[in-house]
Amino acid sequence: MKIHEYQGKQVFRKYGIPTPQGVACFSVDEAEKAAQKLIDETKIPVVVVKAQIHAGGRGKGGGVKVVKGGAKEARTVAEQILGMQLVTHQTGPEGQKVRRVYVEQGLDIKRELYMGLVVDRESRRIALMASTEGGVEIEKVAEETPEKILTERIDPLIGLGAYQARKLAYGLDIGAGTPKPKETIKKFVQVAMKLAELFEKEDCSLCEVNPLVVTGDGDIVALDSKINFDDNAGGRHKEWEEMRDNDEEDPVELEAHDAGLSYVSLDGNIGCLVNGAGLAMSTMDIIKHHGGEPANFLDVGGGANKEQVTKAFKMILSSDKVKGIFVNIFGGIMKCDIIAEGVVAATKELGLEVPLVVRLAGTNVDEGKKILADSGLKIEPADTMADGAQKIVDAIKAA
Amino acid sequence: MSVLVNKDTKVVVQGITGSAGSFHASQCIKYGTKIVAGCTPNRGGESFDAEGPNGEKIAVPVFDTLAQAVKETGATATCIFVPPLGAADAILEAIDAACPLAICITEGIPVMDMIRVRRALEGSDTTLIGPNCPGIITPGECKIGIMPGHIHKPGKIGVVSRSGTLTYEAVGQLSALDLGQSTCIGIGGDPVGGMDFIDCLKAFNDDPGTEGVMMMGEIGGNAEENAAAWIKANMKKPVAAFIAGTTAPAGKRMGHAGAIISGGKGTAKDKIAALVAAGVKVAPSPAEMGVTLQSLL
Repeated sequence: MKIHEYQGKQVFRKYGIPTPQGVACFSVDEAEKAAQKLIDETKIPVVVVKAQIHAGGRGKGGGVKVVKGGAKEARTVAEQILGMQLVTHQTGPEGQKVRRVYVEQGLDIKRELYMGLVVDRESRRIALMASTEGGVEIEKVAEETPEKILTERIDPLIGLGAYQARKLAYGLDIGAGTPKPKETIKKFVQVAMKLAELFEKEDCSLCEVNPLVVTGDGDIVALDSKINFDDNAGGRHKEWEEMRDNDEEDPVELEAHDAGLSYVSLDGNIGCLVNGAGLAMSTMDIIKHHGGEPANFLDVGGGANKEQVTKAFKMILSSDKVKGIFVNIFGGIMKCDIIAEGVVAATKELGLEVPLVVRLAGTNVDEGKKILADSGLKIEPADTMADGAQKIVDAIKAA
Repeated sequence: MSVLVNKDTKVVVQGITGSAGSFHASQCIKYGTKIVAGCTPNRGGESFDAEGPNGEKIAVPVFDTLAQAVKETGATATCIFVPPLGAADAILEAIDAACPLAICITEGIPVMDMIRVRRALEGSDTTLIGPNCPGIITPGECKIGIMPGHIHKPGKIGVVSRSGTLTYEAVGQLSALDLGQSTCIGIGGDPVGGMDFIDCLKAFNDDPGTEGVMMMGEIGGNAEENAAAWIKANMKKPVAAFIAGTTAPAGKRMGHAGAIISGGKGTAKDKIAALVAAGVKVAPSPAEMGVTLQSLL
């Protein structure tokens, strides 16, 4: 689960990580007021208006503007940003509509660094990374100049050692050019330790500060925040629900998530209903192998009931782009008759106007086939997944 | 021959009184697996009743703690059906009880919990399979997990996979070609887990009863690339592979927490290239896993 920058900064403040003062705004009036308040309180005449969407690359897309002309100008800028379709390298060409902006105090920035924590699958630990190359795409740095990324891995039983944070501080030469280098190093170590604590306690799957800045006074401040939470830990973080912004989610994927299904929209025209993630991915692959294009990834999981299967099949049926459907089931825990019942129930409700190919194998396969045969629906049975993929691709071509 | 489990393996089921645990424990017992104990806190002293392969009545004693269950019954494997937020604790309990093999079926365990578990496994006497996996089966002898037993046949092919139903698909194809399996291991679809491909390949390499290996990987991480390097250096037996997710878009989690292409890493293309370079024959489509392996024998 992703959250907005301003929400991430609220989490940062909870852990004592310094952030600039700022106000989240939903309207231009709020933005103007917030700008005035920040200028009055901080005595800094500069504010920054930042679009709040879940995708990165907002600055390049025109979603982050520095305002030096006071609250009225902040209003004008907020007017431009609020409601715009912000296109970044992460949103896709259609972009994402901006519904919130964050108005933040300007800072006297001396250096822009990168700090981030991720789950490192290879070492099976949390990795804390830091780089002098802040403010740009870290993926690019990793690719072109990997030596510029310093990494410390965290022992889960001990936590981040202060010595590890110091290694990063000296590696980045964090004290260079600051009024009191020793103080700045100390502040950096504190921020690193607090971020590591936050990552663990808040069950993050990603936490990035890009940039983490050194100010003219030698302070260390998180100028940005990007936090992804581990969905699997949602059960012990009821507070996440308040941070969820459904406007940022794909409505179909959200509907699927609420029904306990795993769904990803794709660009093709063949709807797929499969049990198990690996088989669902393989089904997409084999459709492509036979010259078709999948419209979605849909894993109904292992223990879905008839209602969930019905829901899943209805989601496919109600998609305009779906010109044919391939159901591919290898029953294990999932029983083929449950799938068949769900398919029949959904079709009775919504009708079936596109070709449907069904391949059933495994647990209760005969019962499942009988339910489909008795339904009177126009269903093309398939014996293997290759047979099924070929049949649905042919059926769409013939239509 | 087989790896890790056989007809003599004594198994405890943690969470045997829950809905998933009780259903699958019954299925395993029916298959012939020696389920000798159950473990559910506050249910100690109860009995779990099931039917064996020949319809005989079997009463499985339930214990409050795994340590008791292991001590009383001499079990050497445990199968975990505990809900996600309690599953890591169940694995830690298995480590504490010095149970040599723990198989965790549970899907949806927080990754932070698994990072701690992984640390606790270091230097312990326990090998972990999973989580988020179908389990392990030595056909005709011992089934520990949720896979449909009837699709398997005893034989000489080792199977290892990150995905459950895709394993069934592969096993179905192998059995249809009359290629039985020595042991099938589902290592699970999570980013941090127990045994990886290399651990399983080593076991199959050392098992005189295994003549070839079928491995199914998927997008995300670099376990397949690491496995390829190991195969190139060490593997004495033919390996066929399939990688799911050639058509998966970057940045989207494909069901499994571990199946995501991030930062341009973990693509199917890279994995296939690494495997091919290591002399592994990669099936061009998921419908051709069985025949690809057959062509190597």
